[in-house]
Amino acid sequence: MIKLENVTKSYPTGNTALSDVTFTINQGEFVFLVGPSGSGKTTLFRLLIRDTVPTSGSISIGDWDLVTLPHGKIHHLRKNIGMVFQDLKLLKDRTIYENIMFPLEVGNMDTEEAKKRVDEIIERVGISEHINKFPIQLSGGELQRAAIARALAFNPEILLADEPTGNLDNTTSWEIVKLLQDINASGTTIIMATHNADIVNSLLKRTLVLEKGQLTKDAVHAKK
Amino acid sequence: MKATRTTLKHIRRSPYQSLAAVFIMMLTFLAITIFAFIVFGSSTVIKYFESKPQVTAFFKDEATTAQIQQLEQQLQQSGKISDIRYVSKDQALQIYKDQNKSDPLLLELVTADVLPASLEVSANRIEDLSSIAQTLRSSPLVLDGEEGVIHHPEVIKQLTTWTNAIRIIGLTLIVVLAVVSVFILMTVIGFKVSQKKEEIEIMKLLSATNWYIRMPFILEGVFYGLVGTLVGWLVATAGLMYATPYLSSFLGNIPLLPVSPLFLVGLLVAEMVIAIILGVLASSLAVLRYLK
Repeated sequence: MIKLENVTKSYPTGNTALSDVTFTINQGEFVFLVGPSGSGKTTLFRLLIRDTVPTSGSISIGDWDLVTLPHGKIHHLRKNIGMVFQDLKLLKDRTIYENIMFPLEVGNMDTEEAKKRVDEIIERVGISEHINKFPIQLSGGELQRAAIARALAFNPEILLADEPTGNLDNTTSWEIVKLLQDINASGTTIIMATHNADIVNSLLKRTLVLEKGQLTKDAVHAKK
Repeated sequence: MKATRTTLKHIRRSPYQSLAAVFIMMLTFLAITIFAFIVFGSSTVIKYFESKPQVTAFFKDEATTAQIQQLEQQLQQSGKISDIRYVSKDQALQIYKDQNKSDPLLLELVTADVLPASLEVSANRIEDLSSIAQTLRSSPLVLDGEEGVIHHPEVIKQLTTWTNAIRIIGLTLIVVLAVVSVFILMTVIGFKVSQKKEEIEIMKLLSATNWYIRMPFILEGVFYGLVGTLVGWLVATAGLMYATPYLSSFLGNIPLLPVSPLFLVGLLVAEMVIAIILGVLASSLAVLRYLK
Protein backbone atom coordinates (compact mmCIF):
# COMPACT_ATOMS: atom_id res chain seq x y z
CA MET A 1 0.00 0.00 0.00
CA ILE A 2 2.78 2.42 0.99
CA LYS A 3 5.93 1.85 -0.99
CA LEU A 4 9.19 3.80 -0.78
CA GLU A 5 12.06 2.89 -3.07
CA ASN A 6 15.54 4.38 -2.61
CA VAL A 7 14.10 7.64 -1.30
CA THR A 8 16.58 10.40 -0.60
CA LYS A 9 15.63 13.85 0.56
CA SER A 10 18.22 16.61 0.66
CA TYR A 11 17.55 20.24 1.47
CA PRO A 12 19.14 23.18 -0.36
CA THR A 13 21.23 23.80 2.77
CA GLY A 14 23.08 20.58 1.97
CA ASN A 15 21.48 18.68 4.86
CA THR A 16 20.32 15.17 3.88
CA ALA A 17 17.22 14.28 5.92
CA LEU A 18 16.66 10.84 4.37
CA SER A 19 19.12 8.68 2.51
CA ASP A 20 18.22 5.75 0.26
CA VAL A 21 15.21 4.62 2.30
CA THR A 22 13.26 1.61 1.02
CA PHE A 23 10.29 -0.12 2.68
CA THR A 24 6.74 -1.26 2.07
CA ILE A 25 3.82 -1.06 4.48
CA ASN A 26 0.71 -3.13 3.84
CA GLN A 27 -2.86 -2.12 4.42
CA GLY A 28 -4.01 -2.46 8.03
CA GLU A 29 -0.50 -2.56 9.55
CA PHE A 30 0.48 -0.74 12.75
CA VAL A 31 4.06 0.46 12.38
CA PHE A 32 6.25 2.36 14.80
CA LEU A 33 8.77 4.80 13.41
CA VAL A 34 11.54 5.40 15.90
CA GLY A 35 14.78 7.28 15.94
CA PRO A 36 16.43 10.22 17.66
CA SER A 37 15.48 13.83 16.93
CA GLY A 38 16.67 14.86 13.48
CA SER A 39 16.74 11.29 12.19
CA GLY A 40 14.19 12.08 9.44
CA LYS A 41 10.88 10.92 10.94
CA THR A 42 9.02 14.18 10.31
CA THR A 43 10.53 14.47 6.82
CA LEU A 44 9.23 11.00 6.05
CA PHE A 45 5.73 12.05 7.13
CA ARG A 46 5.98 15.24 5.08
CA LEU A 47 6.86 13.13 2.06
CA LEU A 48 3.91 10.82 2.68
CA ILE A 49 1.41 13.71 2.74
CA ARG A 50 3.17 15.26 -0.25
CA ASP A 51 4.12 18.38 1.69
CA THR A 52 7.48 17.97 0.00
CA VAL A 53 8.94 15.74 -2.74
CA PRO A 54 11.98 13.47 -2.58
CA THR A 55 15.24 14.49 -4.20
CA SER A 56 15.43 11.01 -5.71
CA GLY A 57 13.61 7.70 -5.46
CA SER A 58 9.92 6.89 -5.70
CA ILE A 59 6.99 6.94 -3.29
CA SER A 60 3.61 5.43 -4.00
CA ILE A 61 0.51 5.09 -1.87
CA GLY A 62 -2.05 2.78 -3.47
CA ASP A 63 -2.44 4.08 -7.01
CA TRP A 64 -0.95 7.49 -6.22
CA ASP A 65 2.57 8.20 -7.45
CA LEU A 66 3.57 10.95 -5.03
CA VAL A 67 6.54 12.16 -7.05
CA THR A 68 4.54 12.92 -10.19
CA LEU A 69 1.25 13.79 -8.45
CA PRO A 70 0.03 17.10 -9.89
CA HIS A 71 -0.38 19.94 -7.41
CA GLY A 72 -4.10 20.11 -8.08
CA LYS A 73 -4.62 16.53 -6.89
CA ILE A 74 -2.82 16.80 -3.56
CA HIS A 75 -6.05 17.55 -1.72
CA HIS A 76 -7.51 14.26 -2.99
CA LEU A 77 -4.50 12.41 -1.57
CA ARG A 78 -4.76 14.16 1.79
CA LYS A 79 -8.36 13.04 2.21
CA ASN A 80 -7.02 9.49 2.28
CA ILE A 81 -4.20 10.18 4.73
CA GLY A 82 -4.99 11.57 8.17
CA MET A 83 -2.12 13.26 9.96
CA VAL A 84 -1.67 14.04 13.64
CA PHE A 85 1.01 16.71 13.71
CA GLN A 86 3.68 16.90 16.37
CA ASP A 87 2.56 20.45 17.24
CA LEU A 88 -1.10 19.41 16.69
CA LYS A 89 -1.89 22.42 14.48
CA LEU A 90 -5.33 22.97 15.96
CA LEU A 91 -6.88 26.34 15.10
CA LYS A 92 -6.81 28.38 18.30
CA ASP A 93 -9.80 30.56 17.50
CA ARG A 94 -12.14 27.64 16.82
CA THR A 95 -13.82 25.25 19.20
CA ILE A 96 -12.88 21.57 19.21
CA TYR A 97 -16.09 20.81 17.31
CA GLU A 98 -15.20 23.43 14.67
CA ASN A 99 -11.66 22.12 14.45
CA ILE A 100 -12.89 18.61 13.70
CA MET A 101 -15.51 19.98 11.29
CA PHE A 102 -12.87 22.09 9.51
CA PRO A 103 -11.40 19.50 7.09
CA LEU A 104 -14.93 18.44 6.13
CA GLU A 105 -15.84 22.07 5.42
CA VAL A 106 -12.66 22.44 3.39
CA GLY A 107 -13.53 19.23 1.55
CA ASN A 108 -16.99 20.63 0.71
CA MET A 109 -18.86 17.82 2.47
CA ASP A 110 -22.61 18.34 2.83
CA THR A 111 -23.21 20.09 6.19
CA GLU A 112 -25.68 17.56 7.58
CA GLU A 113 -23.48 14.64 6.59
CA ALA A 114 -20.44 16.43 8.08
CA LYS A 115 -22.23 17.01 11.40
CA LYS A 116 -23.15 13.34 11.59
CA ARG A 117 -19.56 12.36 10.82
CA VAL A 118 -18.14 14.72 13.48
CA ASP A 119 -20.56 13.37 16.11
CA GLU A 120 -19.41 9.82 15.33
CA ILE A 121 -15.72 10.72 15.60
CA ILE A 122 -16.16 12.67 18.83
CA GLU A 123 -17.89 9.66 20.36
CA ARG A 124 -15.11 7.38 19.09
CA VAL A 125 -12.19 9.37 20.53
CA GLY A 126 -13.99 10.18 23.77
CA ILE A 127 -14.03 13.99 23.88
CA SER A 128 -17.80 14.54 23.85
CA GLU A 129 -17.71 16.79 26.90
CA HIS A 130 -15.11 19.13 25.37
CA ILE A 131 -16.58 19.89 21.95
CA ASN A 132 -17.52 23.48 22.76
CA LYS A 133 -14.20 24.34 24.38
CA PHE A 134 -11.32 26.10 22.68
CA PRO A 135 -7.90 24.35 22.39
CA ILE A 136 -6.43 26.51 25.15
CA GLN A 137 -8.99 25.09 27.61
CA LEU A 138 -7.95 21.42 27.10
CA SER A 139 -5.26 19.23 28.67
CA GLY A 140 -2.46 17.65 26.61
CA GLY A 141 -4.23 14.28 26.31
CA GLU A 142 -7.52 15.90 25.35
CA LEU A 143 -5.78 18.02 22.72
CA GLN A 144 -4.11 14.92 21.32
CA ARG A 145 -7.51 13.19 21.08
CA ALA A 146 -8.92 16.26 19.34
CA ALA A 147 -6.06 16.20 16.84
CA ILE A 148 -6.64 12.48 16.22
CA ALA A 149 -10.35 13.17 15.79
CA ARG A 150 -9.61 15.80 13.16
CA ALA A 151 -7.23 13.42 11.37
CA LEU A 152 -10.04 10.85 11.21
CA ALA A 153 -12.54 13.28 9.68
CA PHE A 154 -12.46 11.75 6.21
CA ASN A 155 -12.22 8.20 7.54
CA PRO A 156 -8.74 7.87 5.99
CA GLU A 157 -7.10 4.61 5.02
CA ILE A 158 -3.83 5.73 6.58
CA LEU A 159 -3.21 7.63 9.82
CA LEU A 160 0.19 9.19 10.46
CA ALA A 161 0.84 10.20 14.05
CA ASP A 162 3.96 12.28 14.69
CA GLU A 163 5.01 11.85 18.34
CA PRO A 164 1.43 11.74 19.65
CA THR A 165 2.63 10.86 23.15
CA GLY A 166 5.55 13.28 23.17
CA ASN A 167 4.31 15.64 25.88
CA LEU A 168 2.04 13.31 27.79
CA ASP A 169 2.35 11.46 31.08
CA ASN A 170 2.60 7.70 31.03
CA THR A 171 -1.08 6.95 31.73
CA THR A 172 -2.33 9.40 29.11
CA SER A 173 0.23 8.13 26.61
CA TRP A 174 -1.14 4.62 26.98
CA GLU A 175 -4.69 5.91 26.55
CA ILE A 176 -3.67 7.52 23.26
CA VAL A 177 -1.90 4.36 22.11
CA LYS A 178 -4.98 2.32 23.02
CA LEU A 179 -7.09 4.70 20.94
CA LEU A 180 -4.72 4.31 17.98
CA GLN A 181 -4.87 0.52 18.37
CA ASP A 182 -8.68 0.67 18.27
CA ILE A 183 -8.52 2.76 15.11
CA ASN A 184 -6.06 0.27 13.62
CA ALA A 185 -8.38 -2.60 14.54
CA SER A 186 -11.05 -1.09 12.32
CA GLY A 187 -8.71 -1.39 9.31
CA THR A 188 -6.82 1.92 9.25
CA THR A 189 -3.08 1.64 8.57
CA ILE A 190 -1.16 3.48 11.30
CA ILE A 191 2.38 4.81 11.32
CA MET A 192 3.30 6.27 14.67
CA ALA A 193 6.54 8.14 15.24
CA THR A 194 7.64 7.93 18.85
CA HIS A 195 10.49 8.20 21.31
CA ASN A 196 8.70 6.15 23.89
CA ALA A 197 10.64 2.88 24.17
CA ASP A 198 8.17 1.44 26.70
CA ILE A 199 5.34 1.59 24.25
CA VAL A 200 7.40 0.18 21.37
CA ASN A 201 8.75 -2.65 23.46
CA SER A 202 5.41 -3.54 24.98
CA LEU A 203 3.34 -3.67 21.82
CA LEU A 204 5.60 -5.90 19.73
CA LYS A 205 4.60 -4.23 16.45
CA ARG A 206 6.66 -3.77 13.33
CA THR A 207 9.22 -1.02 13.93
CA LEU A 208 11.22 1.06 11.46
CA VAL A 209 14.34 2.59 12.97
CA LEU A 210 15.76 5.73 11.36
CA GLU A 211 19.22 6.97 12.23
CA LYS A 212 20.76 10.00 10.53
CA GLY A 213 18.31 9.62 7.68
CA GLN A 214 19.00 5.96 7.07
CA LEU A 215 16.69 3.05 7.73
CA THR A 216 18.81 0.92 10.03
CA LYS A 217 16.22 -1.61 11.15
CA ASP A 218 12.90 -2.88 9.92
CA ALA A 219 11.65 -5.63 12.20
CA VAL A 220 8.80 -6.73 14.39
CA HIS A 221 9.92 -5.35 17.74
CA ALA A 222 13.18 -3.55 17.05
CA LYS A 223 14.55 -3.55 20.56
CA LYS A 224 18.29 -3.08 20.45
CA MET B 1 -21.77 30.48 1.06
CA LYS B 2 -18.89 29.31 3.26
CA ALA B 3 -16.57 31.72 1.47
CA THR B 4 -19.02 34.59 2.03
CA ARG B 5 -19.29 33.76 5.74
CA THR B 6 -15.49 33.69 6.04
CA THR B 7 -15.26 37.02 4.18
CA LEU B 8 -17.73 38.69 6.55
CA LYS B 9 -15.78 37.32 9.52
CA HIS B 10 -12.53 38.76 8.13
CA ILE B 11 -14.19 42.16 7.73
CA ARG B 12 -15.78 42.10 11.20
CA ARG B 13 -12.54 41.17 12.90
CA SER B 14 -10.48 44.05 11.46
CA PRO B 15 -12.98 46.92 11.21
CA TYR B 16 -10.47 49.78 10.87
CA GLN B 17 -8.60 48.22 7.95
CA SER B 18 -11.95 47.48 6.33
CA LEU B 19 -13.09 51.07 6.87
CA ALA B 20 -9.87 52.41 5.30
CA ALA B 21 -10.38 50.16 2.28
CA VAL B 22 -14.00 51.28 1.88
CA PHE B 23 -12.99 54.95 2.19
CA ILE B 24 -10.36 54.77 -0.52
CA MET B 25 -12.78 53.00 -2.85
CA MET B 26 -15.42 55.59 -2.00
CA LEU B 27 -13.04 58.43 -2.95
CA THR B 28 -12.27 56.79 -6.28
CA PHE B 29 -15.91 56.26 -7.13
CA LEU B 30 -16.94 59.69 -5.88
CA ALA B 31 -14.44 61.10 -8.39
CA ILE B 32 -15.71 58.78 -11.12
CA THR B 33 -19.33 59.77 -10.46
CA ILE B 34 -18.58 63.51 -10.44
CA PHE B 35 -16.52 63.11 -13.60
CA ALA B 36 -19.38 61.19 -15.25
CA PHE B 37 -21.78 64.02 -14.35
CA ILE B 38 -19.38 66.57 -15.88
CA VAL B 39 -18.90 64.56 -19.08
CA PHE B 40 -22.62 63.95 -19.43
CA GLY B 41 -23.41 67.61 -18.66
CA SER B 42 -20.83 69.08 -21.02
CA SER B 43 -21.90 66.75 -23.84
CA THR B 44 -25.49 67.89 -23.38
CA VAL B 45 -24.42 71.55 -23.36
CA ILE B 46 -22.38 71.08 -26.55
CA LYS B 47 -25.26 69.23 -28.22
CA TYR B 48 -27.56 72.06 -27.26
CA PHE B 49 -25.29 74.66 -28.83
CA GLU B 50 -24.71 72.51 -31.89
CA SER B 51 -28.46 72.17 -32.37
CA LYS B 52 -28.79 75.98 -32.51
CA PRO B 53 -28.29 77.69 -35.89
CA GLN B 54 -24.64 78.45 -36.25
CA VAL B 55 -24.81 80.88 -39.16
CA THR B 56 -27.67 83.32 -39.76
CA ALA B 57 -27.85 85.38 -42.96
CA PHE B 58 -30.29 88.34 -43.20
CA PHE B 59 -31.63 89.29 -46.61
CA LYS B 60 -32.23 92.62 -48.27
CA ASP B 61 -35.87 93.60 -48.67
CA GLU B 62 -35.64 93.26 -52.47
CA ALA B 63 -34.54 89.60 -52.31
CA THR B 64 -37.42 87.42 -53.54
CA THR B 65 -38.41 84.11 -52.01
CA ALA B 66 -37.44 82.32 -55.22
CA GLN B 67 -33.94 83.81 -55.17
CA ILE B 68 -33.49 82.84 -51.51
CA GLN B 69 -34.68 79.28 -52.27
CA GLN B 70 -32.13 79.06 -55.06
CA LEU B 71 -29.36 80.11 -52.63
CA GLU B 72 -30.69 77.55 -50.13
CA GLN B 73 -30.44 74.78 -52.76
CA GLN B 74 -26.94 75.89 -53.73
CA LEU B 75 -25.84 75.59 -50.07
CA GLN B 76 -27.46 72.21 -49.61
CA GLN B 77 -25.70 70.85 -52.68
CA SER B 78 -22.33 71.67 -51.06
CA GLY B 79 -22.88 68.76 -48.61
CA LYS B 80 -21.69 70.83 -45.67
CA ILE B 81 -25.13 71.61 -44.31
CA SER B 82 -26.80 69.59 -41.57
CA ASP B 83 -29.86 71.84 -41.26
CA ILE B 84 -31.17 74.91 -43.05
CA ARG B 85 -34.31 76.89 -42.29
CA TYR B 86 -35.89 79.84 -44.03
CA VAL B 87 -37.44 82.46 -41.72
CA SER B 88 -39.74 84.84 -43.58
CA LYS B 89 -40.42 88.42 -42.49
CA ASP B 90 -43.75 87.35 -40.92
CA GLN B 91 -42.11 84.48 -39.04
CA ALA B 92 -39.39 86.87 -37.87
CA LEU B 93 -42.08 89.16 -36.49
CA GLN B 94 -43.71 86.24 -34.69
CA ILE B 95 -40.37 85.27 -33.12
CA TYR B 96 -39.81 88.90 -32.13
CA LYS B 97 -43.29 89.03 -30.56
CA ASP B 98 -42.67 85.83 -28.62
CA GLN B 99 -39.35 87.08 -27.29
CA ASN B 100 -40.76 90.47 -26.24
CA LYS B 101 -44.28 89.65 -25.19
CA SER B 102 -43.67 91.12 -21.77
CA ASP B 103 -42.85 94.55 -23.26
CA PRO B 104 -45.85 95.92 -25.24
CA LEU B 105 -43.99 99.14 -26.04
CA LEU B 106 -41.39 97.27 -28.12
CA LEU B 107 -44.12 95.31 -29.91
CA GLU B 108 -45.91 98.45 -31.03
CA LEU B 109 -42.82 99.86 -32.74
CA VAL B 110 -42.06 96.86 -34.94
CA THR B 111 -43.85 95.54 -38.05
CA ALA B 112 -42.98 92.73 -40.45
CA ASP B 113 -41.58 95.23 -42.97
CA VAL B 114 -38.84 96.30 -40.57
CA LEU B 115 -37.53 92.80 -39.95
CA PRO B 116 -35.45 91.04 -42.62
CA ALA B 117 -36.08 87.50 -43.85
CA SER B 118 -33.26 85.13 -42.97
CA LEU B 119 -31.68 81.71 -43.47
CA GLU B 120 -30.58 79.80 -40.32
CA VAL B 121 -27.88 77.31 -41.21
CA SER B 122 -26.19 74.53 -39.17
CA ALA B 123 -23.07 72.83 -40.47
CA ASN B 124 -22.06 69.17 -40.23
CA ARG B 125 -18.60 70.18 -39.10
CA ILE B 126 -17.62 73.26 -37.18
CA GLU B 127 -14.68 73.81 -39.56
CA ASP B 128 -17.08 74.40 -42.49
CA LEU B 129 -18.84 77.31 -40.81
CA SER B 130 -16.42 79.93 -42.14
CA SER B 131 -16.78 78.87 -45.78
CA ILE B 132 -20.58 78.76 -45.45
CA ALA B 133 -20.55 82.25 -43.94
CA GLN B 134 -18.27 83.38 -46.80
CA THR B 135 -20.65 82.00 -49.45
CA LEU B 136 -23.58 83.78 -47.82
CA ARG B 137 -21.65 87.05 -47.50
CA SER B 138 -20.71 87.03 -51.16
CA SER B 139 -24.35 86.69 -52.20
CA PRO B 140 -25.85 90.00 -53.41
CA LEU B 141 -29.14 89.06 -51.71
CA VAL B 142 -27.64 89.31 -48.24
CA LEU B 143 -27.46 92.59 -46.34
CA ASP B 144 -24.09 94.31 -46.66
CA GLY B 145 -21.73 94.76 -43.74
CA GLU B 146 -21.08 92.79 -40.56
CA GLU B 147 -24.74 92.43 -39.59
CA GLY B 148 -25.58 90.65 -42.87
CA VAL B 149 -24.17 87.32 -41.71
CA ILE B 150 -23.84 86.37 -38.03
CA HIS B 151 -21.86 83.42 -36.87
CA HIS B 152 -19.89 82.58 -33.70
CA PRO B 153 -17.81 79.52 -34.43
CA GLU B 154 -15.43 80.28 -31.58
CA VAL B 155 -18.12 79.72 -28.91
CA ILE B 156 -18.58 76.03 -29.71
CA LYS B 157 -14.93 75.63 -30.49
CA GLN B 158 -13.96 76.97 -27.08
CA LEU B 159 -16.61 74.89 -25.38
CA THR B 160 -15.30 71.77 -27.11
CA THR B 161 -11.73 72.64 -26.10
CA TRP B 162 -12.75 73.11 -22.47
CA THR B 163 -14.74 69.91 -22.44
CA ASN B 164 -11.83 67.95 -23.87
CA ALA B 165 -9.48 69.45 -21.28
CA ILE B 166 -11.89 68.54 -18.46
CA ARG B 167 -12.16 64.99 -19.84
CA ILE B 168 -8.38 64.55 -19.94
CA ILE B 169 -7.87 65.96 -16.42
CA GLY B 170 -10.78 63.90 -15.05
CA LEU B 171 -9.62 60.73 -16.73
CA THR B 172 -6.07 61.20 -15.43
CA LEU B 173 -7.38 61.81 -11.92
CA ILE B 174 -9.51 58.68 -12.08
CA VAL B 175 -6.68 56.50 -13.40
CA VAL B 176 -4.40 57.76 -10.60
CA LEU B 177 -7.08 57.19 -7.96
CA ALA B 178 -7.89 53.73 -9.35
CA VAL B 179 -4.21 52.72 -9.26
CA VAL B 180 -3.81 54.09 -5.70
CA SER B 181 -6.97 52.30 -4.54
CA VAL B 182 -5.78 49.01 -6.07
CA PHE B 183 -2.47 49.37 -4.20
CA ILE B 184 -4.16 50.23 -0.90
CA LEU B 185 -6.63 47.34 -1.25
CA MET B 186 -3.69 45.08 -2.07
CA THR B 187 -1.89 46.21 1.09
CA VAL B 188 -4.95 45.78 3.33
CA ILE B 189 -5.77 42.33 1.99
CA GLY B 190 -2.11 41.31 1.88
CA PHE B 191 -1.82 42.25 5.55
CA LYS B 192 -4.84 40.10 6.36
CA VAL B 193 -3.38 37.17 4.40
CA SER B 194 -0.09 37.40 6.29
CA GLN B 195 -1.99 37.60 9.62
CA LYS B 196 -3.62 34.29 8.76
CA LYS B 197 -0.48 32.54 7.57
CA GLU B 198 -0.69 29.82 10.24
CA GLU B 199 -4.36 29.15 9.56
CA ILE B 200 -3.67 29.03 5.81
CA GLU B 201 -0.81 26.60 6.33
CA ILE B 202 -3.11 24.33 8.35
CA MET B 203 -5.82 24.65 5.69
CA LYS B 204 -3.36 23.51 3.04
CA LEU B 205 -2.24 20.56 5.14
CA LEU B 206 -5.90 19.65 5.60
CA SER B 207 -6.44 19.35 1.86
CA ALA B 208 -7.91 22.80 1.15
CA THR B 209 -7.63 23.77 -2.49
CA ASN B 210 -5.96 27.05 -3.35
CA TRP B 211 -9.31 28.46 -4.45
CA TYR B 212 -10.93 27.55 -1.15
CA ILE B 213 -8.26 29.65 0.58
CA ARG B 214 -8.25 32.49 -1.94
CA MET B 215 -11.98 32.97 -2.47
CA PRO B 216 -12.79 34.75 0.85
CA PHE B 217 -9.98 37.24 0.24
CA ILE B 218 -11.12 37.91 -3.32
CA LEU B 219 -14.71 38.37 -2.15
CA GLU B 220 -13.37 40.79 0.46
CA GLY B 221 -11.86 42.96 -2.31
CA VAL B 222 -15.15 42.87 -4.20
CA PHE B 223 -17.05 43.81 -1.02
CA TYR B 224 -14.86 46.88 -0.43
CA GLY B 225 -15.27 47.89 -4.07
CA LEU B 226 -19.05 47.55 -4.03
CA VAL B 227 -19.60 49.33 -0.70
CA GLY B 228 -17.17 52.10 -1.72
CA THR B 229 -19.02 52.53 -5.03
CA LEU B 230 -22.42 52.70 -3.41
CA VAL B 231 -21.31 55.31 -0.85
CA GLY B 232 -19.40 57.37 -3.45
CA TRP B 233 -22.35 57.30 -5.84
CA LEU B 234 -24.81 58.23 -3.07
CA VAL B 235 -22.68 61.19 -1.96
CA ALA B 236 -22.24 62.50 -5.54
CA THR B 237 -25.91 61.98 -6.42
CA ALA B 238 -27.08 63.66 -3.22
CA GLY B 239 -24.76 66.58 -4.03
CA LEU B 240 -26.22 66.81 -7.54
CA MET B 241 -29.80 66.75 -6.22
CA TYR B 242 -28.94 69.47 -3.73
CA ALA B 243 -27.32 71.64 -6.41
CA THR B 244 -30.00 71.04 -9.08
CA PRO B 245 -32.10 74.20 -8.32
CA TYR B 246 -29.01 76.46 -8.46
CA LEU B 247 -27.58 74.80 -11.57
CA SER B 248 -30.97 74.93 -13.33
CA SER B 249 -31.18 78.72 -13.07
CA PHE B 250 -27.53 78.98 -14.21
CA LEU B 251 -28.04 76.75 -17.25
CA GLY B 252 -31.18 78.56 -18.45
CA ASN B 253 -32.76 76.86 -21.46
CA ILE B 254 -30.23 74.02 -21.74
CA PRO B 255 -32.24 70.83 -21.12
CA LEU B 256 -29.82 69.14 -18.71
CA LEU B 257 -31.52 69.08 -15.33
CA PRO B 258 -32.99 67.22 -13.58
CA VAL B 259 -30.79 64.29 -14.60
CA SER B 260 -32.76 61.21 -15.61
CA PRO B 261 -32.96 58.51 -12.89
CA LEU B 262 -32.28 55.96 -15.62
CA PHE B 263 -28.90 57.62 -16.27
CA LEU B 264 -28.10 57.57 -12.53
CA VAL B 265 -29.00 53.89 -12.14
CA GLY B 266 -27.07 53.01 -15.31
CA LEU B 267 -24.05 54.89 -13.95
CA LEU B 268 -24.28 52.99 -10.63
CA VAL B 269 -24.42 49.64 -12.42
CA ALA B 270 -21.43 50.55 -14.62
CA GLU B 271 -19.47 51.71 -11.56
CA MET B 272 -20.28 48.47 -9.75
CA VAL B 273 -18.87 46.50 -12.66
CA ILE B 274 -15.67 48.61 -12.50
CA ALA B 275 -15.60 48.12 -8.68
CA ILE B 276 -15.83 44.36 -9.06
CA ILE B 277 -12.98 44.39 -11.61
CA LEU B 278 -10.80 46.61 -9.36
CA GLY B 279 -11.64 44.55 -6.25
CA VAL B 280 -10.89 41.23 -7.93
CA LEU B 281 -7.68 42.64 -9.43
CA ALA B 282 -6.39 44.08 -6.13
CA SER B 283 -7.23 41.04 -4.03
CA SER B 284 -5.94 38.58 -6.63
CA LEU B 285 -2.64 40.47 -6.75
CA ALA B 286 -2.47 40.43 -2.92
CA VAL B 287 -3.29 36.73 -2.74
CA LEU B 288 -0.76 35.87 -5.45
CA ARG B 289 1.85 38.04 -3.76
CA TYR B 290 1.41 36.63 -0.25
CA LEU B 291 -0.04 33.17 -0.90
CA LYS B 292 2.24 31.30 -3.17
